[in-house]
Amino acid sequence: MSASPAVVVERWTRESRIALAVAAVAAILLALGPLWLSANLVDRLTTLFIYVILAVTWNALVGYCGLVSIGQQAFFGLGAYFAVRLADSGVSVYPSLFLAAIIVGALSLPLSALMLRLRGGEFAIGMWVVSELAHLLVNLDTLINGETGTSLIALNAYPIDARRALTYWCAFVAMGGLLTVVFFLLRGPTGSAIQAIRDNEQAAESIGVRVTRAKRTIFVLAAFGGGLAGALWVATAVTFQPKTYFSPQWTAYMIFMALVGGLGTFEGAILGAVVFFAIEAWFGGAGVWYLVGLGAAALVFALALPRGLWGWVEDKTALRLLPVGYRVRFLRAHGATEAPPSETGAA
Amino acid sequence: MTLAAGGMLLEATGIHKRFNALVVLDGVDFSVRANEAVGVVGPNGAGKTTLLSVLVGAHAPTAGTVRLRGQDVTALPTAERCRRGIVRTHQIPRPFSGMTVFENVYAAARHGGALGRDAAYARAAESIATTGMVGVANRRAETLGLIDRKRLELARALATGPTALLLDEIGGGLTDAEASELVDVILELKRRGLAIVWIEHIVHILLRVAERLVCMDAGRVIADGAPDKVMADPTVIEAYLGGGAG
Repeated sequence: MSASPAVVVERWTRESRIALAVAAVAAILLALGPLWLSANLVDRLTTLFIYVILAVTWNALVGYCGLVSIGQQAFFGLGAYFAVRLADSGVSVYPSLFLAAIIVGALSLPLSALMLRLRGGEFAIGMWVVSELAHLLVNLDTLINGETGTSLIALNAYPIDARRALTYWCAFVAMGGLLTVVFFLLRGPTGSAIQAIRDNEQAAESIGVRVTRAKRTIFVLAAFGGGLAGALWVATAVTFQPKTYFSPQWTAYMIFMALVGGLGTFEGAILGAVVFFAIEAWFGGAGVWYLVGLGAAALVFALALPRGLWGWVEDKTALRLLPVGYRVRFLRAHGATEAPPSETGAA
Repeated sequence: MTLAAGGMLLEATGIHKRFNALVVLDGVDFSVRANEAVGVVGPNGAGKTTLLSVLVGAHAPTAGTVRLRGQDVTALPTAERCRRGIVRTHQIPRPFSGMTVFENVYAAARHGGALGRDAAYARAAESIATTGMVGVANRRAETLGLIDRKRLELARALATGPTALLLDEIGGGLTDAEASELVDVILELKRRGLAIVWIEHIVHILLRVAERLVCMDAGRVIADGAPDKVMADPTVIEAYLGGGAG
């Protein structure tokens, strides 16, 4: 909250403070996860953390910045590849997961100079092309053995329990760190810049938004997040087969999570990851029908709840748990009286 | 930042603009002094909006230069020109639909105004109050009607802290009462020292503000001077008023 003579800007609300406290308690409990949870649950939560990373970074890219990409698997695959590559060259395996993500983030910077020239559908498809290209280039590395793939054998140095706990903690720290970075980025000037760009790029430019810089920030962040998720995934799966990692299925998952949870809402992406995780846990064994159901669910959500589960909650209740927006109250405004409290989404 | 009233603020010389084979601007000279209000009229397709786009940097001219306070800004991108004090509104409002009115205006203050958080809050609040949008400050922009979308265009432009405000048919589609209300706001901005360039088809509201009138036709300036003289100019009558347009 901050005040100027005529206006009070509310950012944190009572609900959001409670939500933050609950999140803090949950974070402490989760941080101690390997000490009190079953091995199976620890494995499953590691997967959930990776899903949250995928959902939150894709949501930042698409839901907030409007850069629809169907090629984020490029970064996911590259993250896994560099983790394997670094570990093979003697870098300690867990630091190599984070290093791999940094390399992917760094590579995305020159890539952004090319890709951000593209607009709309061209960008979306262009990113897919990039992912196919990355896939082919990775296959050139003899370490990978083409589509046969390889394994993150350095993990074998750790006893199974230690490995499980370390991977869990890496995923937890990665998720926590990315959630914090994305949250404060969205609350800050970059957040207002990218939302303006999403809604109308030319208008954003004409009110002084440095469009390319803002887009690049989010593009690199999303690449880093994708790379981190891929590196963590290979640490849980151990095997690296390029076809699996560079599969568009990863982006399909990201789309599903963001769409169902609520595209362009911070809470929505997290909720979407949890929903996806739950669906997978319950129905994942159903094979083809699981995928059919997933597609159908995405379709139903797109048609019936275009703003997703959380968008719907926001519209109905004006509830903001982790607010990145601004609510204002005018105290005295040049003869006008107080602003009537009007709700977001009032038709 | 400020210039003495009457100093040359924005000056475009020899502006040509072609879109492939189509010549839209054909050697236009245009200028506005500090705190001057210039009206721009002319039939549809005369090149008025394109001229505005060249002035703010949304279009690069095929030939010619744009100077701001004597400095060549022809190669400067729109966002940077905005940060130096030239801002436009759009003929068809372009709100940031998913953001609230306050968030729209705050973005302009924060980025175009290059202000810190608290100063941007204050500037945004002031712009919202000036344009009469206090009551809808927390509404998502996609829920606004036309008059509020026009007000939002104005509020957002204002929040960037401009020295030159370029208006593209801000009165279009409004009732006389609504348009008149916007004119009051624009007059207030002129009183505060802003230079105003205003493209408008509704000439009688334009004449309440404009001290000088520029008439364009087929990519050229065909008249430039005191409003009554320009409106009485036979070429203007032939091209614009008598031409069946507008």
